Amino acid sequence: MSFEIDVRLRRGATELSYAFETGNGLTALFGPSGAGKTSLLDAVAGLVRPVSGRIVVSGKPVFDRERRIDLRPEQRRCGYVFQDLRLFPHKSVRGNLEFGWKLAPQDQRWLAFETALEFLGIGHLLDRMPATLSGGEAQRVAIGRALLSGPRFLLMDEPLASVDTARRGEILTLIERVRDELSLPILYVSHDRAEVDRLASRIIPVEPAG
Amino acid sequence: MDWLTPEEWGILLLSLKVSGVAIVVTLPVAFALAWVLARWRFPGKVLVDALVHLPLVLPPVVTGWLLLLAFGTNAPLGRFLDDYLGLTFLFRWTGAALAAAVMALPLMVRAIRLSLEAVDRRLESAARTLGAGRIRTFASITLPLASSGILAALVLGLARSIGEFGATITFASNIPGETRTLPLAIYGALQIPGSELQVVRLAVLSVLLSVGALVLSEWLARRSGGRLRHVL
Repeated sequence: MSFEIDVRLRRGATELSYAFETGNGLTALFGPSGAGKTSLLDAVAGLVRPVSGRIVVSGKPVFDRERRIDLRPEQRRCGYVFQDLRLFPHKSVRGNLEFGWKLAPQDQRWLAFETALEFLGIGHLLDRMPATLSGGEAQRVAIGRALLSGPRFLLMDEPLASVDTARRGEILTLIERVRDELSLPILYVSHDRAEVDRLASRIIPVEPAG
Repeated sequence: MDWLTPEEWGILLLSLKVSGVAIVVTLPVAFALAWVLARWRFPGKVLVDALVHLPLVLPPVVTGWLLLLAFGTNAPLGRFLDDYLGLTFLFRWTGAALAAAVMALPLMVRAIRLSLEAVDRRLESAARTLGAGRIRTFASITLPLASSGILAALVLGLARSIGEFGATITFASNIPGETRTLPLAIYGALQIPGSELQVVRLAVLSVLLSVGALVLSEWLARRSGGRLRHVL
């Protein structure tokens, strides 16, 4: 099992609950905006504390209310590609890519720096500042930064949201390569049916909280 | 440099010492207060906020008098500091520095607090997911992103403390070589007929110091690569 999730989250006045288990490959959380998909990714990353339940990734519990397990975000080793990218504005593309890479212990850097640059086609951007990148370039840098931190699993939140149509195909292909060649468990959030059908080995529908 | 008399050089150096010490000591305190006000939620926060801002809204003479009540030789706090740390403030340059520090504090807290509130906390959580603990996240994300506010706090604090008059003369008095900083010396010279030229020289010195601080901060901001374009 890649992800074993059974949690309740509080978001404002409403409480959301999720319960599912996934196999290998890419699992898509599919549903309309505002259904709480991002909240769930934040909980898996350790940025939001669930009210109750447990989250297990690749057999390792990262949160378990009853057993009082709650790993800090930096201990969970997820590669989180945020919907709003969150590139560090005061660091160059190189500084962004190296941030997580330098923090990962050497035996856990399963992706070489040069390989990532080539894989993502961002080698020529290293000295640029994030503010000068196009949407597609920034998106690829964000994916690269997540992969280079040596993550055990990936969380991708609408990674095509800030990309123009011309670049979409390119990044979709890239995500397929990550899925097939790197064989990491991936939790993928989208509200676009075609995108989900193309990428996902399993689709979890997420309904808005009543 | 003989356009200043040795006495006036002494006044300049004393002013720089008093303000420098005041700012260096105040910066960590101001940062801690700004952090608490920007990031924490607790009952009584409004009270802390008001207390920090008090020197900004009170007449400086009143602030000086309150300092006398707190740090005078017979006040509990003043006696404690004298007995255990050997720190006395009355009629000493340390008193002038304390008055300057208290007057600069609210401006410094405001500048740092604004810049801390402007730091996008989503960037901090991104750093955490990339493997950075709290301290590293603070040092590599929060602090650099708030650095323009810290620089602004230093400039504002320095300008405020170099110009400090009311609280200083009330609390630490006007003692040559101890507490007679630039503004006190200008005031003193104005009382003596025939020292108009000294007033001019000291006033020009004050203007140069203030403009110098501004230019220095702009230069630092530019040197940082445009990320801190405007300090104030």
